[in-house]
Amino acid sequence: MNAHAQACAVTSSSPDGVLRERGQREVFCGLTGIVWLHRKIQDAFFLVVGSRTCAHLIQSAAGVMIFAEPRFATAIMEERDLAGLVDANDELDRIVAQLLARRPDIKLLFLVGSCPSEVIKLDLSRAALRLSQRFSPGVRVLNYSGSGIETTFTQGEDACLAALVPVLPSADRNARPSLLVVGALADVVEDQFKRTFAALGIDNVAFLPPRRSSELPAIGPETRVLLAQPFLGDTARALEERGCRRISAPFPLGGEGTALWLAAAADAFGVSRAHVERTLAPLKARAEKALARYRAQLAGKRVFLFPDSQIEIPLARFLAREIGMELVEVGTPYLHRDHLAAELPMLPAGTLLSEGQDVERQLDRCREARPDLVVCGLGLANPLEAEGLTTKWSIELIFTPIQGFEQAGDLAELFARPLLRQTRLAV
Amino acid sequence: MQLSVWTYEGPPHIGAMRIATAMRDVHYVLHAPQGDTYADLLFTMIERRDRRPPVTYTTFQARDLGGDTADLLQSAARAAYERFQPQAMLVGASCTAELIQDDPGGLAQALRLPIPVIPLELPAYQRKENWGASETFYRIVRALAASSADGSPRHERKAGARPVCNLLGPTALGFRHRDDLAEVTRQVVELGIEINVVAPWNATPADLARLPQADFNIVLYPEIALTAAQWLNRQFGQPYTKTIPIGVGATRDFIREVAGLAGVDAEPVLSRAESRLPWYSRSVDSTYLTGKRVFIFGDATHAVAAARVATQELGFEVVGLGTYAREFAREIREAAALYGIEPLITDDYLQVEARVSELRPELVLGTQMERHIAKRLGIPCAVISSPTHVQDFPARYSPQMGFEGANVLFDTWVHPLMMGLEEHLLGMFREDHEFADHAPSHLGAAPAAPPQQPQLRVVETVTSTELAWASDAERELTKIPFFVRGKARRNTERFARERNVNLITLETLYDAKAHFGR
Repeated sequence: MNAHAQACAVTSSSPDGVLRERGQREVFCGLTGIVWLHRKIQDAFFLVVGSRTCAHLIQSAAGVMIFAEPRFATAIMEERDLAGLVDANDELDRIVAQLLARRPDIKLLFLVGSCPSEVIKLDLSRAALRLSQRFSPGVRVLNYSGSGIETTFTQGEDACLAALVPVLPSADRNARPSLLVVGALADVVEDQFKRTFAALGIDNVAFLPPRRSSELPAIGPETRVLLAQPFLGDTARALEERGCRRISAPFPLGGEGTALWLAAAADAFGVSRAHVERTLAPLKARAEKALARYRAQLAGKRVFLFPDSQIEIPLARFLAREIGMELVEVGTPYLHRDHLAAELPMLPAGTLLSEGQDVERQLDRCREARPDLVVCGLGLANPLEAEGLTTKWSIELIFTPIQGFEQAGDLAELFARPLLRQTRLAV
Repeated sequence: MQLSVWTYEGPPHIGAMRIATAMRDVHYVLHAPQGDTYADLLFTMIERRDRRPPVTYTTFQARDLGGDTADLLQSAARAAYERFQPQAMLVGASCTAELIQDDPGGLAQALRLPIPVIPLELPAYQRKENWGASETFYRIVRALAASSADGSPRHERKAGARPVCNLLGPTALGFRHRDDLAEVTRQVVELGIEINVVAPWNATPADLARLPQADFNIVLYPEIALTAAQWLNRQFGQPYTKTIPIGVGATRDFIREVAGLAGVDAEPVLSRAESRLPWYSRSVDSTYLTGKRVFIFGDATHAVAAARVATQELGFEVVGLGTYAREFAREIREAAALYGIEPLITDDYLQVEARVSELRPELVLGTQMERHIAKRLGIPCAVISSPTHVQDFPARYSPQMGFEGANVLFDTWVHPLMMGLEEHLLGMFREDHEFADHAPSHLGAAPAAPPQQPQLRVVETVTSTELAWASDAERELTKIPFFVRGKARRNTERFARERNVNLITLETLYDAKAHFGR
């Protein structure tokens, strides 16, 4: 073990108590974001410029769940593309033309960079510019990177949204203040939030990404940005560069988190505390009622979170404060201190946070701690179950509507179900 | 570049993982960026394996590309050796690592670990998963079997000793490999033949070193094991089997071939052998299977075998036959020639889709991809080949090979179809409102509903714009069961066009029917 530690892992426990590790990372790359983004933006298509591995990854992570024709595909690079026998740009143009001829309903095309396209330095931004001109005005072509050497899982969404920011129209100079909610949410959750914002008196609300590429929200100095997801560092920076101002808030997970998130927005729009309280109290009470049942099942149970999507910290805050679970370790691929500034102080004192990963050592810690519930990726779940641990797939937390008051109970239920199942089974 | 919506095969390192994961006491160190670890879920989720694949990924990131990716590989290999203590180590690169040219094999060998370190060169931009599995198995067999036997000819069997064979081919994530292996093992044991080593399934490197001790090899999946079997043949003079025991006839041929190689009598086993398929196929209810038009697509081994079973054992008509495996195109071309049809050799899902919609078969035997296509076109379908899906790893015993496998084929291919009497009743009483096109059906949800393709330009046979249908003829067409309606429409239109008829009337419809037959 010691020899192993010396040989491989780079571990440091910094003064802030965060365990930083650098070893094998058992995480998806940013391409995986295409799985939900291609459904969210209904007239967008995602063309990965990559290898067979990229195509296989997206298909394996999502393919079996999709029954309609997907709005994503891969331009698979082959030997002759690499050997310079053909001009990769000509090839790409040919494929895009083929694709757009087949799918005339596509209005927005993302060229998505991958590990191989990054390594051979294929310039997709120039390709996007060239193709945009060629297919304008019918189709707009943008690019971003979802490569594993640069992005982890949900960072793919960040890169995609950041690529959208430069093409958002500018708001009129004397536009009234607007709220931009950033981060892909389920349609039903968006609609709920829209109603609640209206009840609070904020009616100039837009969402990024929009459901259709023709509905790109206008932004400007009067735009206040409210992040719905904690993994949007680049997008937030790009919006700030366009003059938008970010509202710092916890994330809308659970009754408490949602109330604080909405209240922060209301505060920025000068809504009176009393009105906020009056509007949110009944909603929060309903969420608490939904949570009570699960709290009874889950309070005191020990949970271990492997790094996956960067929502681990808000999630841990919810599990600890609203459900009463005990946090054994909270892993996250990256700790974005700035965006989590409102979250971190809400975690119980002494919570073990880990950033980065050395999966073997983390598994050692997990086995030793024997938590009641392990939140982890699909590659680890069944093997841990076979070892007698109970697991919850983390990917479900990204593919399920969990934000907002009305979903607080659903979110808790995701954690309760594996434990409930254990008590039911007698085989 | 190739535009790909779905891929039939993963990259070649996935093939290497299938070999490593099938084996015991082997570890695979893969130079790969973060994200490539997705491959673990293929084994833990799709196949429901209870252990992680024995793979360590270096998961390098952009910041590592400056220079220390080679160190990363060496430290990962050393750590993997210390933690897992394997008997042998495979070392290779995924597509991205191939581009940075670190020579993972050389770097790992330089560590001088006290175990065999087998470098894998799997060109990710030229080759695919099955080739990767085949090459990996060959490399590992070559490295481990050669070292033990020094290239000496195979051992001489003592007089009176039982014949001995190896079973080669079953891997992790293989289509029904687990159950095929059980079925074939039973058959071989019944012939009085001893099994020396099964590989790669559950084999250790030490087991592979014993491969030369067998008299011959049984190759279950040529896609995986043919290259290794050919090498064993050259090196140790071990002959190998060429028949794939899928279907009753092929299983009987296989038993004879194995018995011949072993020098035992096949007849006692053949005379005892029983499959229900022949009787089920001859029973009167199966009359309705006669001439059902079937489209077959898969890996070459399963596709060729399916075509034989479909024609000889179920009485279907094969209207399309193809494979995504270019390495085995020859086998498919030969088989297609037998049925007088055009082979389809492509790994482009869109081409397969176009061919299926053009041929309008009554049954599709394919992979999970063709299941998608068939579902959209409202055609019954059964899965016969990789790529696999969680449903292809059933809890029950469900081989494709051997006599029990033939029973499984009968059930899984026939059940998606309408039963004989049902079909007749539907044909006779079309106007019963419960027989309407959208009534509940055995084929699942709304089989006749037009495929919901969002403004897709579907490749279809272009019909002449001149051609029109009289309203009574059009109405009559709806009385024809939906599963043959497309064919009736196309035949009628062809008939009309050939005769320069511009308006299709009731008479044209029935003239065409008489002309073409069923």
